[in-house]
Amino acid sequence: MTALTDKPHLSREHMLGLLKQMIRIRRFEDKCAELYTQEKIRGFLHLYDGEEAVAVGVIPVLEARDRIVATYREHGHALVRGVPMTAALAEMYGKQQGCSRGRGGSMHLFDRATNFYGGNAIVGGGLPLAIGLALADRMRGDDTVTACFFGDGAVAEGEFHESMNLAALWGLPVLFVCENNLYAMGTALSLSESETDIQRKAACYRIAAEAVDGMDVIAVEAAARRAVHALRESGKPYFLECRTYRLRAHSMFDAQLYRDKAEVETWRHKEPIVRFQGWLEANHMIHPEDLARIEAEVAAEIAEAVAFGEAGTWEPVEQLTRFTYAEAER
Amino acid sequence: MPQEMNKPGTTEITYRDAVREAIRDALRRDDRVFLMGEDVGHYGGCYAVSKGLLAEFGAARIRDTPLSESGFTGAGIGAAMAGMRPIVELMTVNFSLLALDQILNNAATVRHMSGNQFGVPLVIRMATGAGRQVAAQHSHSLEGWYAHIPGIKVLAPGTVEDARGMLWTALQDPDPVLIFENVMLYNMTGRLAADAGPVDIARAAIRRPGRDISLITYGGSLWKTVEAATILAGENIDAEVIDLRCLRPLDDATIMASVAKTRRAVIVDEGWRSGSLSAEIGMRIVEQAFWELDAPIGRVCSAEVPIPYPRHLESAAIPQVPNIVAAAKAVLARA
Repeated sequence: MTALTDKPHLSREHMLGLLKQMIRIRRFEDKCAELYTQEKIRGFLHLYDGEEAVAVGVIPVLEARDRIVATYREHGHALVRGVPMTAALAEMYGKQQGCSRGRGGSMHLFDRATNFYGGNAIVGGGLPLAIGLALADRMRGDDTVTACFFGDGAVAEGEFHESMNLAALWGLPVLFVCENNLYAMGTALSLSESETDIQRKAACYRIAAEAVDGMDVIAVEAAARRAVHALRESGKPYFLECRTYRLRAHSMFDAQLYRDKAEVETWRHKEPIVRFQGWLEANHMIHPEDLARIEAEVAAEIAEAVAFGEAGTWEPVEQLTRFTYAEAER
Repeated sequence: MPQEMNKPGTTEITYRDAVREAIRDALRRDDRVFLMGEDVGHYGGCYAVSKGLLAEFGAARIRDTPLSESGFTGAGIGAAMAGMRPIVELMTVNFSLLALDQILNNAATVRHMSGNQFGVPLVIRMATGAGRQVAAQHSHSLEGWYAHIPGIKVLAPGTVEDARGMLWTALQDPDPVLIFENVMLYNMTGRLAADAGPVDIARAAIRRPGRDISLITYGGSLWKTVEAATILAGENIDAEVIDLRCLRPLDDATIMASVAKTRRAVIVDEGWRSGSLSAEIGMRIVEQAFWELDAPIGRVCSAEVPIPYPRHLESAAIPQVPNIVAAAKAVLARA
């Protein structure tokens, strides 16, 4: 692992916490995939398998007052941010106890309590929103940070470039987190970008930018700490390219014709949980009972979430049009 | 342009100045309000609407943007979600298409899709309409398209009172409101009360009462329709002119009450005929007032062509007074 020796203040407790969060996302999504095959979850389901170190490395560095804009592959971000697993899973069931009343589903988890501004399912569409959230904070003189997650596919959108320029031009406190998993759905980065070194694109807008091993949770956290520290000091944007890999299909409909199984296997050896767990074991920082405890706690939380989702109720059809517009106070 | 007589306590003002007064008033009243768009600051607005506001309110609140319609419209949405009250200016409706993703996929959906956790109290203003010989990429009337979208409100001020009064009411609305300003109205003058202020944004207005036929219109076609009604009056046809004012939601009650009285209707809409707002209004009349009608509904719309450059072709492409007069007489079988 990188950076560990640079961060001696990282306690065993903290590192076990990081491991638990990654395992929590992985096991939760394994359950989601299972529920999808049972048709409990419908529509699109995009899993974060392999990319967990990004959300787990970045989000805990943020304060409660900070804001998050995410993509349609956002279950992990929501869980790490503190959206209850019960409400997230009920949302994927489409139940009215879901964090978006069941109206958004997997791709549109929203949560005002944690300043979680959604699951945006238009690639690149969340970037201008992040600009506006940060602009509001800038105009009020607040030192809030807006973290905006997006994939390498978004980099091809005009909204990416417009947003980079606006953030730099207006000096807005946005932490851009590019989750570069090398594929825009099924199109490899090398087939869609003339410049595949993504952080250079941000740098050319005069935004402080760096690339980090997105499969290494400690490296991501260290980079996020640098970034957020710099952001709060300067109020100016910062760009983190987290180089990662999606081990599962793009969505549940994807036959993965665009990549070799050998390539996926190569990345599986680098995957963040096994890697971090192995490092902790090699350094005698985790005991078998720690792992057993984490797995048991996560399993209990998932069981509770499934029970919550199952017990959830459907929004009455009579309420179909509610909240298309604001309602007068009742 | 026909306007009412000089009334005591009123002053003459252009539509452009009325919009500027509305913006100035909103900026003074509410610290959360700011104006953002292309050339709104140093240039003074491409139709000179925001001239002078930069000096008065500073660059943070009169915010020039790069030519990034999607980026700054999305920024307006985000700022509204974070508690500000932005006014986004998109130069023309044709340019707004570059921001359509943000308007439809974010502004219009967020409240419903988030289960009412987040709203977008944003106002987007833009110019619409033909008549300045600026050809097929600056002259269209797409407000009817926007009126198709649930989750937003669509306004079309046709008078100086509405140009002055709609903005503040729109800014109080918890949901996104689009305001379409017809380019041919900016130079129009009207009498505005010294204490003119906010107006409602829910009701259509009867601009000329009449008994024989309802002429239903809005925005840039309003004064052409009023002029047509005056001509019709010379031929003993007493036309009622309805100014829709708000294109979404439509004020069905005012339309149906008028049709129930006159039993005849012509809709005047600068949009293209196929799939237009006029089609929607016509269908609503059929659904709600079919048995009140004494004749088929008439329509005057734009020709189904990209708006051309030469004046004679541009004029022929959009509703004009003689077409409105002819359409009304046809419905009345008074050729």
